Amino acid sequence: MEALVAAITVFVLAIFIGFEIITKVPPTLHTPLMSGSNAISGIALIGAIISTRSDNPKLATILGVCAVALAMVNVVGGYMVTHRMLAMFKKKR
Amino acid sequence: MSGFLIDSGWVNLAYLVASILFIRGIKGLTHPRTAVSGNLTSALGMLLAVVVTLLANGLDYQWILVGAVIGGLVGGVIAVRVQMTKIPEMVALFNGFGGGASVLVAGAAFMITANPDVQTTVSTGLSGLIGAVTFSGSLIAFGKLSEILPGRQISFPGLRIFNALVGLGALACVVWLTVDPSAIIAYWIIVAAALVLGVTLTIPIGGADMPVVISLLNSYSGLAAAATGFVLMNNVLIIAGSLVGASGLILTKIMCVAMNRSLGHVLFGKLGPSADGPSADDVYGGKVKSTSPEEVAMLFDTAQRVLVVPGYGLAVAQAQHIVREMANVLEARGINVEYGIHPVAGRMPGHMNVLLAEADVPYDKLREMDDINTEIEQIDVCMVVGANDVVNPVARTDPKSPIAGMPIIDVDKARTVVVVKRSLSPGFAGIPNPLFAADNCLMMFGDGKKAITELVSALKEG
Repeated sequence: MEALVAAITVFVLAIFIGFEIITKVPPTLHTPLMSGSNAISGIALIGAIISTRSDNPKLATILGVCAVALAMVNVVGGYMVTHRMLAMFKKKR
Repeated sequence: MSGFLIDSGWVNLAYLVASILFIRGIKGLTHPRTAVSGNLTSALGMLLAVVVTLLANGLDYQWILVGAVIGGLVGGVIAVRVQMTKIPEMVALFNGFGGGASVLVAGAAFMITANPDVQTTVSTGLSGLIGAVTFSGSLIAFGKLSEILPGRQISFPGLRIFNALVGLGALACVVWLTVDPSAIIAYWIIVAAALVLGVTLTIPIGGADMPVVISLLNSYSGLAAAATGFVLMNNVLIIAGSLVGASGLILTKIMCVAMNRSLGHVLFGKLGPSADGPSADDVYGGKVKSTSPEEVAMLFDTAQRVLVVPGYGLAVAQAQHIVREMANVLEARGINVEYGIHPVAGRMPGHMNVLLAEADVPYDKLREMDDINTEIEQIDVCMVVGANDVVNPVARTDPKSPIAGMPIIDVDKARTVVVVKRSLSPGFAGIPNPLFAADNCLMMFGDGKKAITELVSALKEG
């Protein structure tokens, strides 16, 4: 129970921080914000990696590897396309 | 979270640092100048979290590498190749992948948890539910955006009751899982039901509402990751997931406000009040003035301030580069050219800004709707390119119209309005636009790119 309350605390505080900073992102950057948050939601990669432990049942490893692939699409694709877009905003003089 | 090559305390500290880097990264996005380094900061956070996780005991590195290379290649190729007009499709697809990854991770984690407690079963169930809805819903949104599926609202009688039953069934399986944690089949039934639900919830939503749907699915993909964080009791998943969840929710709200629609109306396919408005003939009959590129070129002779109001039609016609060229010619004559951007001008939040940035339009020339509306009376020539509903004054004047109350760019208050458009056909709202028949409005009919190309040559000759 204590661990759960701690986790809920982190969850709620993170949502508040999210609201505080994201409301300050200007509309011009809303698309890069979305593709950048695509990349961040690839954080499931962490869980995917842990699922492949060799002492786990085979099926868990298979699911883990598939999840690694899906999450990597988000991480690599998300950060790269965001970088590509932001570079277009930057090169202006 | 035990069984790391180093003390798991260090691992969790590294996760904390990664979370801070994510937050700093998003903070960088609050200004175009700091945005690039913000994105790199966020990527560094991801790298740190991944490297530390790879220190866990007994990982199957070969298979991780196989998955990572496949996913990385697919993501990299998409990121390099995708056209800026197709970013909404790409984001929709990535939302889906994020949801899918959470489903698989929660499933795998549940399988290896001995004697899961209530909190683990409930969060596993929620992770599967949200993740699978995100996955199939995003694929439908992708299909609609890329026009593989018809964009119109598809519905059938009893759809809502069907959705309610499937949703309740999925929740019942969450309870089943809690009562009997050995019944892993219950988890996969939840996932199957949620996959169906993702389809049936997204299919009735019309093409005009896609900006809302993508934002909402973006939020779900984050919430699914956060739920997975509760399964694994992993703070970095919880924090990163909630940041994305919050981001998606804020954008969803902004899009709803910009269209003056409640989220419920978007999700359940209700349009605004639709009393029989005036017909197109009543509105336009004999009052529409057509113009030529040469005539518009002459209008600019006396203009000091020009405002371009782009709609998605501009992107469809690929006219953003020629519009930029027109602005160059006008600016060389000392005319101030700015762009008025409606929040739903593109097909996702901020989409039009990216399209114009690609065409080398400086971001400080892009003005937000509320901001430019305060100065609109001082605009000499307002060029509306491929936009319709977002400049329809009916939203202000007729409380019975389907778009009543929707915020618009008040181009009708500018001294002269030039509308570049193929025909008088209505926009998504399906209603005529009295702007086109207004005294201060001239219609330049034709394909956006072709018409403005002709205008540019007329400007150069004149």
